[in-house]
Amino acid sequence: MAEYQNIFTRVQVTAPPYPGVPLPDDGSIGGREGKGFLQHLIGKFGDAQIGPIYLGWTGLTSLLFGFIAFEIIGLNMLASVGWNWIEFVRQLPWLALEPPPPSYGLSFPPLNQGGWWLIAGFFLTASVLLWWLRTYQRAKAHGMGPHIAWAFGAAIWLYLVLGFFRPILMGSWGEAVPFGIFPHLDWTAAFSIRYGNLFYNPFHMLSIAFLYGATLLFAMHAATILAVSRYGGERELEQIVDRGTASERAALFWRWTMGFNATMESVHRWAWWFAILCPITGGIGILLTGTVVDNWYLWGIKHHIVAAYPQVWAAPTVDPATLPGGTP
Amino acid sequence: MSTIAGRLKWLAALALAGVAVAGCERPPVDEVQRGYRGTAMVQVYNPRVVAKQAALNTVPEPLAAAPEGGPAAGTIYQNVKVLGGLSIAEFTRTMTAMTAWVVPKDAAPTEAGCNYCHVGGNFADDGKYTKVVARKMLQMTQKINAEWKPHVQGTGVTCYTCHRGKAVPEYVWFQDVDNTAAAGLGNRAGQNRSTPAINGTSLPSDPFTPFLLGAEPIRFTGATALPTGNRKSIKQAEWTFALMTHMSQGLGVNCTYCHNSRAFNDWSQSPPQRAVAWHGIRMARALNNEFMVPLTEVFPAHRKGPLGDVAKLNCATCHQGAYKPLYGASMLKDYVTALAAPVPPPAASAEAPPAEGETPAAPAETSSASEPVSDVPG
Repeated sequence: MAEYQNIFTRVQVTAPPYPGVPLPDDGSIGGREGKGFLQHLIGKFGDAQIGPIYLGWTGLTSLLFGFIAFEIIGLNMLASVGWNWIEFVRQLPWLALEPPPPSYGLSFPPLNQGGWWLIAGFFLTASVLLWWLRTYQRAKAHGMGPHIAWAFGAAIWLYLVLGFFRPILMGSWGEAVPFGIFPHLDWTAAFSIRYGNLFYNPFHMLSIAFLYGATLLFAMHAATILAVSRYGGERELEQIVDRGTASERAALFWRWTMGFNATMESVHRWAWWFAILCPITGGIGILLTGTVVDNWYLWGIKHHIVAAYPQVWAAPTVDPATLPGGTP
Repeated sequence: MSTIAGRLKWLAALALAGVAVAGCERPPVDEVQRGYRGTAMVQVYNPRVVAKQAALNTVPEPLAAAPEGGPAAGTIYQNVKVLGGLSIAEFTRTMTAMTAWVVPKDAAPTEAGCNYCHVGGNFADDGKYTKVVARKMLQMTQKINAEWKPHVQGTGVTCYTCHRGKAVPEYVWFQDVDNTAAAGLGNRAGQNRSTPAINGTSLPSDPFTPFLLGAEPIRFTGATALPTGNRKSIKQAEWTFALMTHMSQGLGVNCTYCHNSRAFNDWSQSPPQRAVAWHGIRMARALNNEFMVPLTEVFPAHRKGPLGDVAKLNCATCHQGAYKPLYGASMLKDYVTALAAPVPPPAASAEAPPAEGETPAAPAETSSASEPVSDVPG
């Protein structure tokens, strides 16, 4: 018989599809679509059951608004290559829908001068917020805590800071991020350089610590549970209140290797807080950039966090623009 | 023991796989430390790329030196406007060198030999646009070597620095056809088009028009920690970023060749090369405006860009991927008389200036601007 312990899922439990608890009478429109079916390949990664699908009005409107934003962005990209599908595919990673030029401030610019960007941003934001509402409502309807909704909310906070709160504080939509694959990465680099190196922003430091910390915790926790799954370690919730040998072995392992261990319950609090603090602190750092601090490197000097190096060249390089006859 | 060896083998294999996928170019690469230790002030060179580059940047053998003395070319040949003060021998040597540098024998037949610029049988004739361009380019070379020493220093430039055996230098630029006002949607805002000049990024693809033709401000970083009125936008930063990416690409160097990347704008932490590059930006801008743009009407349409603008130069035009063009080898040292500075007109020319455009008795040769020898720029 196959063992239920390894990196890849080997065993699939096959049972009749479970339709879920009855829908509450909370004014939700529509019902569940389909009866659900099993898909073996999907079962290699997660639960083999697909469906039934329930969207409700938040899910439907979210998908609709998301589709509108997707179309506006996609059609602008397609138009930017002269409606040439081959070029669209070839250049896709470089294409973008750009925010308005800074000269338009916070006014509504002509459509092709960033107006489309504002409209796409509105629909995308509406879509994301409606999907957030859906995660909140579904959790409540299932009698769950709203932890997933708050975690999603943390990501939405960072998204809104980048594209909404900070541009408003700066007085220009042109400060916002373009919709595009490489363009938003180039924007990120330019953003850091414009504001004197984001690495000296303490909230950026915190965000990175939580980002790497979250991945580390995720790896430690997942590895621990997989490692003790032969003793039933994957039944974490039972083991919170009824500590079995899986829990004992895992705890002992970490006490012996790092002198301290989380519990079956607390490790999830650690992971949740690390994960949501990554975008929360990151968003604070972005929000302060340009609004409160203009040059993070100089801010770092002011607060004594910048190391001084010995001069290695014969003499410090002089800005030629400051010499007679120089112009910047 | 065997299990430890086995595990080590696995570890080594994993490490190798990780390294292999981490970079786009295969290791090993050479690293050259150029700043204080531990500050990432390092130049990274791929020795295989450098080997290819080195082959492309070899300097042709100089022609044998011309004998001393002899009459001035301007007193013998007609319509010699820039190099008239050279001796006949030096003049002929310079023309021969130019032919080898720009229109060599092994080029396409229409772009090889004297007749690329000269009307056959009448070397004084200015009938071909290429001759008018060549004259202007000679003046440009002389001006660079005489007045742009903060950038070209003692090394100087010759026609070969840019041309490398091609009638049109390989790396020139034209203004970008942007679709900003083309339709109701699809505005690229000058960006998001991958071109080699900006190393395949999605940054603005024509940073040359604002910075190397116009004189838009390049600097955007604030001078104070807290906001004190610096309203430069992220979009402006992207334009400068594009220019800098071009410089990095054109010179085959990392950002840290000229900058300490922890504070790009701080001069006191920058390597001295940054000041040389600063003059290079001004030089490219001045040359485009003083020499290339005035030739716009001279060039035929097929030599111009899609917007009808003349071919212009940027950093890559001379550097061609090398931190110094031709890796710092000076070709000018063998052609100082003709190219190091404007050549003074021949003493005799004041008495008997050759008539412009006249069919000469003896074949005359190339050169200068629009006025006779007395108007050679200084």
